[in-house]
Amino acid sequence: MAATQKWVGQPLKRTEDPRLLVGDGVFIADQLFPNLHHAAILRSPHAHARIRSIDASAALRLPGVVGIVTGQDAAKMTRPFAVGVRAPVKYYCMAVDKVRFVGEPVAVVVATNRYLAEDALDLIQVDYEPLSAVVDPERALAADAPLLHEEVGSNLACHRHIVYGDPDAAFADAEVVISERFVFPKYGSTPIETYGVVASFDRTSDVLTIHANFMGPFILHPITARALNLPENKLRLVVPPDIGGSFGIKTGIFPYMSLVGLAAMKTGVTVKWIEDRREHLLASSSGTDRIAYRELAARRDGTILAMRTRWYDNVGGYIRTPEPGCSFRPIGNWFGAYRFQHLEADANVVMTNKSLTGPNRGYACGHLYFEIERMVDLLAEKIGMDPAEVRRRNFIQPGEFPYRTPSGGLYDSGDYPAAFEKALELADYAGLRRSQEQARADGRLFGVGLAVAVDPSVSNMGYITVALDPEIRGRPGYLPKSGALEAATVKVDPLGRIIGVLGSAPQGQGHRTVVAQIIADELGIAPDDITIVDEMDTFTRVWGISSGTYSSRFGSVGTSAAALAARRLRDKLVRFASYLMEVPPESVVWSEGGAHHANNGQVLTLKDLAGRAHWDVESIPPGMEAGLEATAVFAFPEAKAPDLQDRVNSSNTYGFIAEVMAVEIDPDTAAIKILKYVTVHDAGEIINPAIVEGQIYGGALHGLGGALYEELAYDEQGQALAGSFMDYLVPTAHEAVKIDIAHVVSPSPFTTLGAKGLGESSSMTVPAVLANAVTDALKPLGVHIRELPITPSRLWHLMESARSKR
Amino acid sequence: MKPPPFEYHDPKTVDETLAILGRYGGEARLLAGGQSLMALLNFRLASPAALVDLNPVPELSYIREEGGQLRFGAMTRQRQIEFSPLVASRLPLMIEATRMVGHLPTRTRGTIGGSIAHADPAAEYPALVTALDGEMVLRSASGTRVVKPADFFKGFFTTAIAPGEMLVEVRIPVTPAHSGWAFEEFSRRHGDFAIVEIVTMLTVDNGRCTRARVAASGVGGAPVRLRPVEEILERDGVGERAIGEASARAAELVDPTSDLHASADYRRHLTRVLTRRALTRAALQVRGNN
Repeated sequence: MAATQKWVGQPLKRTEDPRLLVGDGVFIADQLFPNLHHAAILRSPHAHARIRSIDASAALRLPGVVGIVTGQDAAKMTRPFAVGVRAPVKYYCMAVDKVRFVGEPVAVVVATNRYLAEDALDLIQVDYEPLSAVVDPERALAADAPLLHEEVGSNLACHRHIVYGDPDAAFADAEVVISERFVFPKYGSTPIETYGVVASFDRTSDVLTIHANFMGPFILHPITARALNLPENKLRLVVPPDIGGSFGIKTGIFPYMSLVGLAAMKTGVTVKWIEDRREHLLASSSGTDRIAYRELAARRDGTILAMRTRWYDNVGGYIRTPEPGCSFRPIGNWFGAYRFQHLEADANVVMTNKSLTGPNRGYACGHLYFEIERMVDLLAEKIGMDPAEVRRRNFIQPGEFPYRTPSGGLYDSGDYPAAFEKALELADYAGLRRSQEQARADGRLFGVGLAVAVDPSVSNMGYITVALDPEIRGRPGYLPKSGALEAATVKVDPLGRIIGVLGSAPQGQGHRTVVAQIIADELGIAPDDITIVDEMDTFTRVWGISSGTYSSRFGSVGTSAAALAARRLRDKLVRFASYLMEVPPESVVWSEGGAHHANNGQVLTLKDLAGRAHWDVESIPPGMEAGLEATAVFAFPEAKAPDLQDRVNSSNTYGFIAEVMAVEIDPDTAAIKILKYVTVHDAGEIINPAIVEGQIYGGALHGLGGALYEELAYDEQGQALAGSFMDYLVPTAHEAVKIDIAHVVSPSPFTTLGAKGLGESSSMTVPAVLANAVTDALKPLGVHIRELPITPSRLWHLMESARSKR
Repeated sequence: MKPPPFEYHDPKTVDETLAILGRYGGEARLLAGGQSLMALLNFRLASPAALVDLNPVPELSYIREEGGQLRFGAMTRQRQIEFSPLVASRLPLMIEATRMVGHLPTRTRGTIGGSIAHADPAAEYPALVTALDGEMVLRSASGTRVVKPADFFKGFFTTAIAPGEMLVEVRIPVTPAHSGWAFEEFSRRHGDFAIVEIVTMLTVDNGRCTRARVAASGVGGAPVRLRPVEEILERDGVGERAIGEASARAAELVDPTSDLHASADYRRHLTRVLTRRALTRAALQVRGNN
């Protein structure tokens, strides 16, 4: 039996913080290595050009330079990265014959320090033949568009047309049909710590050791090993003690692991590369910009019958793993929180002359809910119904869980109406509508927005294979992909204190704090007696191809593994104690950090048992393995490969978000003021409410960035316009809004503690709720928000053109 | 983002500084608070042969009142200005402007001389000295000259400072009696360079606007004094109608460009809106002060 929950559920302060606050954190740039040299990367100034030649001779002569790597080396010593689409895209760790986006690596200089390495970059002569560029994903599919990859024959990296149910019939029966075009911007997360890689190659053992602030390993370890022509047991990935944020963006570090690894293999020295902010904004990773067309079929009573959607996801110059996740990661929750059964989706994943993309907090869900929730509001407007009522009429109901969506998602638990009503109540929705009436009577632009989302976490890595036609997946010999697992080890020292070892690589999420809470409860001890080790090392940790800290995995899969490992250890302690007490195990109860005989008052504490097990190995009973440690690998039971009808449970837990936002718009400047913002979450059991709240604040601010400020903008010729923080605007503390947070708890039946992931949270809803609120505020003018970010200048133009039409 | 090689000098006096500048014949850059220059160096957008660090030159840091002006040593930190009792009593508009310069940490390093010599077209201090008809004091080995804003700001990041010359002092007239003022700025985020900013100071004596000062910035390569707007106010007073006319005129006078953050049309529109807001606030204040 689990001990009473004393620590889980408490807002414990993060044990990670004191170190960080006093400056004792150890990030990759802080780490010391022998024989260390520094790399600088020459990057393409062109969006699209052929490389005629590279002359690095003057750079090589610069004192302090020990070697230079170019695309010729990459072509000789590495292979293109594997990617989950059929298009034969050759994506190496650096440009080989062509550059396809501004910022693409063209050469690497290794020198005794970074200053010299950058001086040497200025001496490299590259002869480019500029080619015309394309940045718009629809334009890129035109017959006369510039072609990025000749061997692919078009700029389309992947296309899938997927139908669930019978949308044609539903549209034929519809009383109301709505259609709209949406544009979602390209933005990232700009973690405070940029990418960093240190690589060294041991020529006697042929082991390449890569230190990187990568929250993997997951599928990217085998992909990197393969690109470097290394067996996987010769590529060691070590993660530094601290990582300064990722939000998915650090997934895009793996090509640099390969590039810096290649530099180390070629030069024979240890090579360090720390990405600077300009490099980060030009060439790290971001979410895709997307153009989407959506149609909705409904009845006049507000019942949604079906949707049709066609989108163009822009993955930049090369499709890079784990793309095309941009199109398919939310496949199981493509239907959002609603009961409709018919959907037609036409996914187009397009390559253009922009930087590359990948997971960004909320991976593709910001796009999804911006579209769905705008459509629901459009329906409400069309049929003259309150948007809250339209949502009520379409929610999946509490009695229906676990709920199977037509696309294969298995929503584990939830009470959407309860969470939604809680949000409305907290926001005083009726009061806001009255304020709005008054404001409109006064000529003010006051709006109220609603948005809801099913918040998926712990992706099932099998989802990505939906990118392949079922015909391919159905072939004999095809190796299906599936799963979501994580490992944890709990061990006891000779004095009965605990060390917990995780398979995760946190970037600030507080895993040490949370796991100590869990183990403390399972073993009936205090978190202070537990030390948690979370530094991933692929040579020593237990891990699987889905292991890593991404997709909000830890809150459900990592915590489940830790709890299971502690339970396994506790069972062993009970069996050991019963042997020492010479009583049957059933008569021994574990509580308060010790084994208690149910009747005779005999107690053996954890310390007693640890001392015996470590110092008197003889005392271990026959048939029991020596040693006091347990490892558990937790794998979700429902993370199956997609079926031939493209149905897949793409995530493993599904939380819920309901939000209300009130805004007022300055009619003169078009400035948006957020007056109220309420967010209600259902993430199942909450392990540490303080950490959960931090995630919600961060997620909301991320969403605000995408909705109002952030855009990796390009001009028509593919020149990047946001190369510094003067032009790429992220919200700061000044822009943060007051957030009213509340929770509903629907425990997940699939996780050990009933917890679900929540790390992406409101990043996926704020673009939707803000667009709905602004549209509602501008109802007197008839302005509809179809495109983000809503900058004051853009909004003013929309308002002006609406005014001029009146 | 590491700077190209440069020589480094840390003179202790202005004379020493000028001697070093003379040796490099225009190839040296002066380092003040470093809030813009260090970024330019790290981006390799500037590659001077030498950096001459003004931080060890104590004679360049002061605030004093003289000849009806506040006089600021070029190395006076923005943070010193923000908290100067003298500035608060003689030129409160400058406190208002200073609070919009970057953020607290940048203001502790940033200097008035650095901001003005860098001449960002949307920065606060260039707009302020332009509106209030301040003066820039430039010194070189051959002497000292005093330059007016219209002659000093030549366009995007360009000033009248000649090779071998340095900005040593900034002079701004103190607030006249019977005045009201306002600094209206619109930016996408707090602390950013403005999309548009309007600075105004109105002097109203016995119901007559005897002196109007209005400048706009963010609407071209350099801040612009809007003399025709001032004339409307000096002729017609600071009532609602005159302010409306003056604001419309302001929008006609500026010639903004489009960029990532705002279109030219929007900037022109904001010029009108912010001029109206600034004048309305200043007029209200002058009524309160009279």
